[in-house]
Amino acid sequence: MPNISRDEVAHLAKLARLAVTDDELDVFAGQLDQILDSVAKVSEVAAEDVPPTSHAVPLTNVFREDEIRPCFTQQQALASAPAAEEGRFRVPRILGEEQ
Amino acid sequence: MSELVKLTAAELAAKIHAREVSAVEVAQAHLDRIAAVDDHVHAFLHVDTEGALGAAKAVDEKLAAGEQPASPLAGVPLALKDVLTTEGVPTTCGSRTLEGWIPPYDATVTRKLREAGVVILGKTNMDEFAMGSSTENSAFGPTHNPWDHARIPGGSGGGSSASIAAFEAALAIGTDTGGSIRQPGSVTGTVGVKPTYGGVSRYGLVAFSSSLDQAGPCARTVLDAALLHEVIAGYDVMDSTSIDAPVPPVVAAAREGANADLKGVRVGVVKEFGGDGYQPGVLRSFEAAVEQLRALGAEVVEVSCPHFTYALPAYYLIAPSEASSNLARFDAMRYGLRVADDGSHSAEEVMSLTREKGFGAEVKRRIMLGTYALSSGYYDAYYGSAQKVRTLITRDFTTAFEKVDVLVSPTTPTTAFKLGERVDDPMAMYLADLCTIPSNLAGNAAMSVPSGLSGDDGLPVGLQIMAPALADDRLYRVGAAYEAARDAAAGGPLVHQVPELGGTK
Repeated sequence: MPNISRDEVAHLAKLARLAVTDDELDVFAGQLDQILDSVAKVSEVAAEDVPPTSHAVPLTNVFREDEIRPCFTQQQALASAPAAEEGRFRVPRILGEEQ
Repeated sequence: MSELVKLTAAELAAKIHAREVSAVEVAQAHLDRIAAVDDHVHAFLHVDTEGALGAAKAVDEKLAAGEQPASPLAGVPLALKDVLTTEGVPTTCGSRTLEGWIPPYDATVTRKLREAGVVILGKTNMDEFAMGSSTENSAFGPTHNPWDHARIPGGSGGGSSASIAAFEAALAIGTDTGGSIRQPGSVTGTVGVKPTYGGVSRYGLVAFSSSLDQAGPCARTVLDAALLHEVIAGYDVMDSTSIDAPVPPVVAAAREGANADLKGVRVGVVKEFGGDGYQPGVLRSFEAAVEQLRALGAEVVEVSCPHFTYALPAYYLIAPSEASSNLARFDAMRYGLRVADDGSHSAEEVMSLTREKGFGAEVKRRIMLGTYALSSGYYDAYYGSAQKVRTLITRDFTTAFEKVDVLVSPTTPTTAFKLGERVDDPMAMYLADLCTIPSNLAGNAAMSVPSGLSGDDGLPVGLQIMAPALADDRLYRVGAAYEAARDAAAGGPLVHQVPELGGTK
């Protein structure tokens, strides 16, 4: 009994910003279904009264002094940019055709 | 091959600090070894010849000027997993996404190594973004196990484990999210330690699963691992999950363990890690190791940790969930790969096309799996349940450590499998981390130490030792005592049985 359909995988890929191919969708749908089938086992023991753990070391609100520290120069920050222009990151247009 | 490359890190440091040999000679011997064998092993993604010789020269100059060595490992060559940033030296995480990226900063681990005078030889191969158990998910081709080039060196840190098993480096750094230090250690006959979560800073460790990721030492002996552990561990203000407590006395524990028995030490054998699915030769090696511990005076009892069998499924929900969020940073805008920026595509399209091109299959699988587990409607059943299992596993450890000082199990259910054998079957690949994952979920310390060769295929097997959080020193005490007894009985360290390299793949 499949948990996840090919269409659902296509939707996930869209949410995750992955332009997957049709061939990949076929492979991933089968594999994700098999993996989800195995991991669903967690619900067997996850009773109502068990609190969740998000982190091995329970820490909240870790503060440090708000002091000025050296940081990257503009040149360093832009050195690995795929595209830069006039000392800034150059990005593709942010609105699609439909907007 | 220079005899220098066969020495332990502790032996090399002693010779360098006594000025019997220079750090430059030691670095050069390892660089020569890399040049001779790495075409076959492929442990390195980048060899920093100039940087290594420069760092070695600096150590020699300080010693010549009469200064004390910067640390007990000053001058010793090390291979650094390519998931830790290095200023001015490429850092790829085994991904096309970061191919050619030169980080503008050092990770805290990198900085501590440099300050300690450790000579960084280069960056080691790994599964892409540390997702995998074989290095076959590296975009730059797999690493080969020095024991048998047709087999996997473990993963994700297979480059690090292979580099020390092939005598290309005396020490290496790995990172362990679900077993990526210990499982490679196990299948290459080397020592690997996952420190307590928060014991080593994650600053500059490119994040896969932030609540699980932990850097640690890879070495050929327990003492060498301890020396490296002390260099890299400690509180760091740059990592908000770093533990503000003294580093456990791991070097003292390793030295003490090597010269002592284990009288009074209570060892628990995890009942759930054995039986079906475990290679017979692995189980026999494990049973022999337990006998060895008993012979050393340890009190051995069987302990049940009933929820450990749920660790693997919980991990494959938690780690992909965190990964789907962490890897959202690779958006093709500020650094890394960008494709299809031709004026006809929007930023969002460029982002999707770039991620499609830059990520390999396993990374895409995990991102989608995590996206699914976190989506509304499925969150409670998947991610929420996995977090509850995490609580149950922590409770199992707590209960067990009320009765015993350490727990033991095989590190991984089988010896090194063949390259290609599991690439098309994700669930089969995931099983390699069956025994290592509980300690990542609970955050406690764990080690893999060689326990000999499997009788059925002649390949290395690892003994896993697990200790409570912040009791990392117990691993070293038990590990060193076991290592000394095993080596004495076997006539020498296991790793010296690695076949000589240079043959065909």
